[in-house]
This record gives sequence, structure tokens and C-alpha cells, in this order.
Amino acid sequence: MMAGKWRWLLVALLLAAAVAAPLGQKSYIVYVLTSWLVFAIAAMGLNLTLGYAGQISLAQASFMAIGAYVTALLTLAGWHWLIATPLALLACFVVGLLLGYPALRVKGHFLAFVTLAFNTLVFLVLRNEEWLTGGSYGLSGMPRPDLGLFTTMRPLPFYYFTLAVTVIAALAMWGIVRSPWGRAFRALRENPIRAESLGLDTRRITLLAFAIGSAYGGLAGALVTSLVQFIEPASFGVGHSLRILLMVVVGGAGSFFGPFLGSGVVILLPEVLRFTEGYYLIIYAVLVIVMLIYAPEGLIGIGARLKMKFFSRSQVRADMSQGASLK
Amino acid sequence: MSQFLQVLLSGLATGSIYALAAIGFALVWQAAQTVNFAQGEFVMVPAFFVLIGMGFFGMPFWLALAFGLALSMLVLGYAFKKLIVEPILPHGGITLIIATMALAILLKETVKESYSAEAQPFPALFSNAPMNFFGAAVSIQDILNLIVSLSIVVVLTLFLNRTRTGRSMQAAAQNPAVAEILGVNVKRMVLYTFLINAALASLAAFLITPVYLAKFSNGETIGLIAFIAAIVGGFNQIRGALVGGLLIGVLDNLTATYVTAQYRAALPLVLLIMIILVRPQGIMGTSEGRSV
Repeated sequence: MMAGKWRWLLVALLLAAAVAAPLGQKSYIVYVLTSWLVFAIAAMGLNLTLGYAGQISLAQASFMAIGAYVTALLTLAGWHWLIATPLALLACFVVGLLLGYPALRVKGHFLAFVTLAFNTLVFLVLRNEEWLTGGSYGLSGMPRPDLGLFTTMRPLPFYYFTLAVTVIAALAMWGIVRSPWGRAFRALRENPIRAESLGLDTRRITLLAFAIGSAYGGLAGALVTSLVQFIEPASFGVGHSLRILLMVVVGGAGSFFGPFLGSGVVILLPEVLRFTEGYYLIIYAVLVIVMLIYAPEGLIGIGARLKMKFFSRSQVRADMSQGASLK
Repeated sequence: MSQFLQVLLSGLATGSIYALAAIGFALVWQAAQTVNFAQGEFVMVPAFFVLIGMGFFGMPFWLALAFGLALSMLVLGYAFKKLIVEPILPHGGITLIIATMALAILLKETVKESYSAEAQPFPALFSNAPMNFFGAAVSIQDILNLIVSLSIVVVLTLFLNRTRTGRSMQAAAQNPAVAEILGVNVKRMVLYTFLINAALASLAAFLITPVYLAKFSNGETIGLIAFIAAIVGGFNQIRGALVGGLLIGVLDNLTATYVTAQYRAALPLVLLIMIILVRPQGIMGTSEGRSV
């Protein structure tokens, strides 16, 4: 484990880097950085479901869609973003509860199938209910949040606005994971049978984890609405859910900083591998499979392993060394 | 009435093809704890093997079918087990599920980039001529598809229940430890399961591709329907996956004709949630090992 002091120093450095990164950059770079933050929020939520509660959800993009469309419709109707977004989060939370309840009644990987089908359903509703969602033409012209003295119409202020939201979301997640209730998650992740025998209602905890994770998806969606100012059903398909899932896995499921790293890799890798043209996804899929064979705990896990090799002072419990308990 | 019969029969025909994919999915799930999210792509790829056999090697259609079947069993059966399932399974079921999702992307993109992004015509095994069946115009293709896939299911069931190898496979799936003690070569039985799955998927591909055309994205729909057919039917039984497949095929056609075409893709979800709420072990399933 990293010593506490050094960890905070590292976080402060990363935050400083995040503040400095977009300065003097072209607006395209600022856009890429902003979408990194947005997907980091979505991945953070999914990490709670996958990394801490051990359930696969393939519907994170559809929760982004619900968040995006609710925010878009309300802001287009003249509501402020700061009022519309909590409502969007609430909608995602409730839908998460309703969807997770039947799926988590049964043991096995049923949530994966239910969420996969749900993502298809959300896509169909968005495409078919033209009176509400604009069909495949989508919605456009949503205003960006205006915070009085600080308007976010330009790319750079919007980036800082997104960064602030990300920090708040990350602190909330930190609180959730560290709370007694979050410790129940860790108990669940490390030994579900013991957790249950100690009186934890594992099913309820898993359901709540999924619903909160979904609300994080909604928050990311609310930010997408203002970032792109144009939303259409095709941006929230099953393929995007899979993309977010792989962000969590690549970064390191069950580790707090994994989603940031994973979403960074998934957002930036296409830019780096641009010369490979259409073969980018093929290369990416092969890399993911190879990583799952040799280092299923993700990039964070690889980093931790390297560190253990060079500075192996403290003894890590053997059953904790896996980090991501993708069992 | 004649329209109803027509819709019903063609639903049964597509449903029986879905059932082949669903049975393979269920067999692999049981025997090797492998929830294969690339199953839909396993049905998409063999069609392209056949097209490659005909286009690049100039094989006649029947030989290309045999080539496609053999190559599928090698790549989607043997290589899939050796290169992906064996190294990843020890890391846990969820890791393997995610690996099969990555595999699905890999297969889809490889076909798209190296063959074509457009839908390719695929020669039909049977004539598509309409035939009068109690006043309903039914295509011979539908009837023969139904007969062929049901025969495959019958042969598979006979193999699993009546032959020594088949029974050893069942034993290996139900209780690997005891099967091993009784002298069953569990590893080999699991390998057979993967080969059978690849064969079932390619047979499903040969039957369904003339209807849907060969396209890299075909796997998305077929996969979802196969998973849900297996779960709805009760995945610990072959006949469960068969009933699930037929049911989804028929309901899908009926919904599209009589209720709504826009939301026909939502039907599997509705069915899945209803089954989980009412009968989580599936329609034909026994509840052992499935309750919470």
C-alpha cells in the first residue's frame, strides 16, 4: 500500500496537472480532455458495480443516455443545469433500482444479460419516440450551464467546470467507499459468504451499488449534453457500454484510480493509434485479451506489481494482492 | 388464419436456428463455466469462412460448407478454448466474460476490416419457393430449416444420452471431480463441448445467413437472442434452450406482425424479466443450483 502522505501528494500533483493540461491548447485537445473527465465519471460509477460489487453491467451508456436526455429536455425547457442534473441523477438511480431488482434476485451473471437487453430497449425508445426525443435526429442547442460570474460557453471554462464536477464526484465516491457501508462492499468483494454470514444483506448492497453506479452514468450523460450540445441515440448504443466496461477493466476494476487511468487510455489510444486507421479496434481488442491473460488486475495492478518488485518493503496480504477481485 | 399459420411457421423456422446457437451457449456455460458473450459472433464468422472458401479458394458450395465447418471447429472451438478460456478461467468467471466481450469486438472488426463492411449475399441451401401448406404460403426454405435444425437437435440429444462419450460429457459437466474419479477424461470432454458448440454455431450460420445476408454486425442480434433463449428455456437442459429458441422465434414474428414492428427488438428483454420474476429456473429448467 502506498503511504498515505505520498498518496495525497500524488493526487495533488495529478490535480495540478489536470488544471494545467488544457492551458494554451487548441480547442480540440480541450474537448478530448473534457471527454476524458466525462467518461472517467461514467467509469467510476461502473467501477462501483463491477469492481466493488462484482456484477457486470452493460447498460452504462444507456444510463448516460437517460441522464443526457433528461438534462437536455429540462434545460431546453428553460430549467437551469444545476436543477436539471440532480433530477436526471435521481431518474437514473430509480431506473437502476427497478432494473437491478429482478436481475439480482437470481445468482449468476443475469445482470449482464438484463442490462444488455435494457441498453437495446433504451436505444429503441430514443429512436422511436420522436415526439419526445427527436428520434434519430436527436436534440441540439442545449445551453451550457451559466453560473453567474462564471459562464461555461467557451471550451476552457467548461473544462474547468467539468473538472470541478469530477472532483466532487470522486470525493463522493471516496466517501462511499470509505463509509461503513462502503466497507460492506469490500467485505462483499473479498468474501461474499463470510459477508453474508456476518449479517450483510449482500443482495441489497449489490443493488444499491448498481443504482449508485447508474446515477454516476447519468451525471456523465448530463455533462455530455452540455459538452457536445447535440445528442442522438447512436451515441449511447451497446458498443459504448462495452467501451466503458473495458475502461474499468483496463484501468483496474476495484481500484479507486483505475477508472481515470482506463478512460484516459481508451480516449487517448485512438489518437495515438490513428495511423493504424480501421485496425485500431482490432489492436485494442487483442491488447485487452492479452492483458486479461497476463494481468487481469489491470494497469493499476501492473503498476503495483512493478512497485512491489522494486520497493518491496511492506508485506501485502496474499489475498489482497489481486486488487481487482474479478472472481 | 392463413397469415397466422404463415407467421407461426416462419417463426418456428428462425426460432429453431436460434435454438442451435442457444444450445451451444448453454452447453459451454455448463461444461466449462464459460459465459460466452461472443456466441453471436460465433454464428456470424462461419458464414465468412464459407465465403472465403468459395471466393479465394474457388471451392464449390458444398465443399466450402465443409471447409467452413472444419475451420470454425478449429478456430472457434479448439483455439478459443486453448488460447482464451484455459489461460483466463483461473482468473475468475467475470474476467473470462469480459475477455469474450473483447473477443466479440475482435471478430467483428476483423471481419469488417479484412472482408467487407457491407452485407454479402450468401447462397441458400434450399429453394425459397413458396409452397401451399393448409392454405398458407410457406417457403420451402422455412420448412427445411425447421426440419434440419430439429434433426440436429435430435441427433445431439441421442449422442449425449445414448453414447458412452456423450454420457461422459454430461458427467463431466455435472460433477467434474466425481467424473474424473470414475475415469472420465474431463479435459477431453470439455474440449468436445467446445467443438460441438463451434459446430452448432456454424450450422446455425449456414441456415440463417441466406435469410439475413452475411454481415459483420449480425452477431449482436443473434447473440442476444441466443443468450435469452437459453435462460428463458432453462439453461441446464438442451430441450430448455430448444423451447426458448422456438418461443422467441414465434413471439418475435407475432409481435412484428400484429403488435409493433418498432419495438420487436425489445421482446427478449420483456420475456427475460418476466421469466426471472416468475420462474427464474427457466420454463423447462429444474431449480437445483439456481436458487439464491
